[in-house]
Amino acid sequence: MNHDSYPDAYIRHILVHHRIIAMVGASANPSRPSYYAMKYLKQKGFRVIPVNPGQEGKEILGEKVYASLGDIREPIDIVDIFRASDSALPITEEAIKIGARVVWMQLGVRNDEAAKLAEEAGLKVVMNRCPKIEYGRLSGELGWAGVNSRRISTKRPVLDRKGVQHRLLREDAD
Amino acid sequence: MTTERKPGFNTLAIHAGAQPDPATGARATPIYQTTSFVFDDVEHAAALFNLEVFGNIYSRIMNPTQAVLEERIAALEGGTAGLAVASGHAAQALVFHVLLDPGDEFIAARQLYGGSINQFTHSFKKFDWHVRWADTTDAASFRAALTPKTKAIFIESIANPGGIITDIAAISAVAKEAGVPLIVDNTLATPYLTRPIEHGADIIVHSLTKFLGGHGNSIGGAIVDCGTFDWLKSKRYPTMSSPSPSYHGITFAETFGNFAFAIAARVFSLRDLGPAISPFNAFLILTGIETLPLRMQRHCDNTLAVAKWLSKHPKVAWVNYAGLPGNEFRALAERYCPKGAGAVFTFGLKGGYEAGIALVSNVKLFSHLANIGDTKSLIIHPASTTHRQLTDEQRTRAGAGAEVVRLSVGLEDVDDIIADLDQALAAV
Repeated sequence: MNHDSYPDAYIRHILVHHRIIAMVGASANPSRPSYYAMKYLKQKGFRVIPVNPGQEGKEILGEKVYASLGDIREPIDIVDIFRASDSALPITEEAIKIGARVVWMQLGVRNDEAAKLAEEAGLKVVMNRCPKIEYGRLSGELGWAGVNSRRISTKRPVLDRKGVQHRLLREDAD
Repeated sequence: MTTERKPGFNTLAIHAGAQPDPATGARATPIYQTTSFVFDDVEHAAALFNLEVFGNIYSRIMNPTQAVLEERIAALEGGTAGLAVASGHAAQALVFHVLLDPGDEFIAARQLYGGSINQFTHSFKKFDWHVRWADTTDAASFRAALTPKTKAIFIESIANPGGIITDIAAISAVAKEAGVPLIVDNTLATPYLTRPIEHGADIIVHSLTKFLGGHGNSIGGAIVDCGTFDWLKSKRYPTMSSPSPSYHGITFAETFGNFAFAIAARVFSLRDLGPAISPFNAFLILTGIETLPLRMQRHCDNTLAVAKWLSKHPKVAWVNYAGLPGNEFRALAERYCPKGAGAVFTFGLKGGYEAGIALVSNVKLFSHLANIGDTKSLIIHPASTTHRQLTDEQRTRAGAGAEVVRLSVGLEDVDDIIADLDQALAAV
């Protein structure tokens, strides 16, 4: 995978087919980007499990916080890394160990060594992107904020049952 | 790995940002002529106000018709996001409102649209924002104007009205050395002729009133975030890189990544200063943009023919159009706008101020007014109108001396345009 430029279909496939996210570095502070992303992704129907040793045993947005990926007793699809780039390698090693399908590094986070390791183990990798922004971009919601989605479509957007202000990502939407 | 096809400019001009209306299936972008949008419930309202979810609240801040226009312009420029506002002047005011704090300075090209010179010189002073002037044709003059207080550099890609083609890359190099964003007003070129982002712009502003709207029917402006400036690294722009007291301490650059500038301009500066574009204007401008590539090429082709004809006229002292062979900006035009040097240019009359007045009084097809970028051919004598408030020295420096006439060549038959100038010059 070319990690400088992902095809929309690659990102879309990941977000449509994986529903359980472990968010490493999830913050309990409502003004932090990880809190925003977690709240948004939960609204889009993802199950988001926060991982943050400093918050172990507490709850963020109603979800129990775990100290490490290895402590979670259920299968994880996506490991979303909200940590500095140099922390991404050990977290990726753990993600491979627990059988995650995707390693996703947040905006500003990139670790090519970790990406290579994950891809060799058969995982998909996304770096320097935010799943909230990608979901909003590909579903058309971010267009309301004037953001260039870099896509064109002659199909009606897919709405969820809450109505026009809520859009869903589907693989056949464009 | 699959490679995705990138749509071309003509396709983007028609489709970018627009989808059939989710509620009705309407294919044209509807005019959402409403002030406000109902919330699903209290929680949805709170999430919208906290910027936790994307969505519409109030048309001073965003509107679905406006949003299509914003994404369209961002796509045509190749930027990360756009913001449409009430006018080009509003766009400039909002850009500087994000970037500057009281006491800060920015450098602007001296050869600018007269209205921008007024705004920067007089109105901005009331905010304690200070402009230092440099020479568009000399990148070193921008370097010389840098001080520790400099926060931005502002240029026009094609300067109005002087017909100067700006060496954007050379001035961008100065901005990058200084660690400040380069703002490019791309109104006269439009992204059809020049894409400043490819030459190092960080922020682009437009008067949509001109060639983008193109039909002389709506005032509008736009800001494009190029997504190129690293606000977190710089730390000199607190609105971008410090926790925002008006949004519960979120940091724009951290939360919104490479389109954070456009978001800050919307949810902070537009929200608080208020120059929103009307949905109806957004619709008219959007409709205009669909034919931008066709119109702009015809504008340029007509203009070159008119400029060539004028350059041989005995009552014309000089013609300043970068599309003409031998013009001092010809080489820069070939580099920055090879499809054409735009449709606005100036020429000098041997008869001076009185001849300028006589010409604008005798045209029949040309309209005598203070706009550019209409389907109709337009004429003005800047010294007696748009540049009247400036000093003689400022006028001359802006390329608007007493003998100067400015044309914005329209889309009529070029023979009719030339015939009108011919009969009017006969009366000079």
